[in-house]
Amino acid sequence: MSEAAARARWLRRLRRNRNVVTGALIVVLVALAALFAEAISTHDPRRLNPANRLRPPTLEHYLGTDEFGRDVWSLVVHGSQVSLLVGATTMVLTSLGGIAIGLCAGYSRRLDLPLMRVMDGLMAFPAILLAIALMAARGPGVGNVIFALSVVYTPRTAMLIRSTVLGIRELDYVLAARALGRRDLAIALRHILPNCVGPLLVQGSFIFAYAILAEAILGFLGVGVPPYVPSWGNVIASGKNVIREAFWVSLFPGLALTLSGLGLNLLGDGLRDTLDPRLRVP
Amino acid sequence: MTAYLVRRVAALVPVLVVVVTVAFLLIHLIPGDPVSVMLGPDATPAQIHAARQALGLDRPLWEQLLKFYTRILRGDLGQSYFLDRPVTQALLERAEPTLVLTFSALLVAVVIGVPSGIVAAAQPGSLWDRALMLAALLGVCVPGFWLSLNFIYLFAVRLGWLPAAGYASILVDPLAALRYMVLPAVSLGFSQSALIARISRSCMLEVLAQDYIRTARAKGLSPAAVTWMHAFRNALVPVVTVIGITMAILIGGAVVTEIVFNIPGLGRLIISAVLRRDYPVVQGVILVTATAYVLINLVVDMLYVLIDPRIGYE
Repeated sequence: MSEAAARARWLRRLRRNRNVVTGALIVVLVALAALFAEAISTHDPRRLNPANRLRPPTLEHYLGTDEFGRDVWSLVVHGSQVSLLVGATTMVLTSLGGIAIGLCAGYSRRLDLPLMRVMDGLMAFPAILLAIALMAARGPGVGNVIFALSVVYTPRTAMLIRSTVLGIRELDYVLAARALGRRDLAIALRHILPNCVGPLLVQGSFIFAYAILAEAILGFLGVGVPPYVPSWGNVIASGKNVIREAFWVSLFPGLALTLSGLGLNLLGDGLRDTLDPRLRVP
Repeated sequence: MTAYLVRRVAALVPVLVVVVTVAFLLIHLIPGDPVSVMLGPDATPAQIHAARQALGLDRPLWEQLLKFYTRILRGDLGQSYFLDRPVTQALLERAEPTLVLTFSALLVAVVIGVPSGIVAAAQPGSLWDRALMLAALLGVCVPGFWLSLNFIYLFAVRLGWLPAAGYASILVDPLAALRYMVLPAVSLGFSQSALIARISRSCMLEVLAQDYIRTARAKGLSPAAVTWMHAFRNALVPVVTVIGITMAILIGGAVVTEIVFNIPGLGRLIISAVLRRDYPVVQGVILVTATAYVLINLVVDMLYVLIDPRIGYE
């Protein structure tokens, strides 16, 4: 089968998987909201308007206003930008870090043990607590949230890549490449790495989901992005203070968070079923 | 068994060395000069100098690390800057609520998760199965801390059935403790119950496909007897290991749940320490939780061997 035909068949399988299609649609929807946030929000999400505080949802304020009179719809729409930025960047950084560490550990017997012990040690921390501690050291900010979450989630990807590499390393075609005199780095990048793409995509969509959730948790706890930045976690935190009078302030950003998580989880489940039938949950 | 236990405990040493090193390096991740960050903008140069010497930050890194290890080995986690007491004492005072919350949530997760998974697996593809698995998917995606807020709105603000926030010690007033603990435990345990339900279901399906299940059916046992006597016990083994993973997520989730429900546990301790730059407390909390998690996993591995005699400990 030619490469183009293989790719066409693969795409058709993806398109037929209901989870992949639903998940991708949801993720695209959230991404569109983030891209066109300025156009679809009705108010400036940062403008305080104390005269207009805690208004229930109306035609003027689709999702009501919060304790400072900010428009919740505009906050939710703009919040998707921070969530997607943190989620996507963390996914890319953990993949790169995971590839580098996983390839080294899977390929070099000397580096394997020390690298894996360090990964074990990092995974011994409950994820959110390690992220909180890193934020304590680095201080609030989007860049620091991305840094903290990348440190927290890289070990998982590294372990995944390592185990994939270990499975492939002894296969005949890798031995053949070595017999032909290919250098280690070339074998790792040209012959082994392409086989890691499938597991990476699956893992990546789950890490994307974890990172969005963790970013919201950090914001909710007041140790994530600074409070004046519209993010779902920050808005839910401000809704917590007024839950008795205005349930809508925390309800809607939470729904947006749940929807994004659902989309990415569906995408991950579907990709896993399509790309790697061995991992399928019956 | 003893040799296995010794080997498993020995394997913990490198993990704990990394854990302690990460906690140590935390101070060195502070941008700029950690001492002036800790003391704030009003500190005089003399104070900064004194604090730097007291912390040993003027010594080479390896010497600081060595000192940190010996201190931790003696059980000395340092002195809190703000609470005016040793970190170990602060941790002990705050441990009870977190322990009670984590284990109540685990109970909720298992009590909801395991039966749901088994019911779903009993008739795969049925309406029950699909409804339960849809609920489980939603349960995985719904953020626990947001679920807590909705529970507070519904059950405390609207219906007034349960208190919105607070904590009572189970040792002092068990009845009040229960009332305070219901909402936190359910909202923390719910999303984990979804995970447990999915895994119990797939384990049950695997076991139900085995030959000995067919034999049990063929000899005329009732479906209930097959499910509970033959399949359930064998499906339990992987489910027990999931509980180890669940514990890590629950300990982390407990931090957030404590903030929502105003429970005076380790979560509130670490968050207020972060906001006040009380680094010894931050280090103490992550050291203790990571160690607890590692030890819980050790216990789970031991249980694993006890439940399934086929798993040798060689």
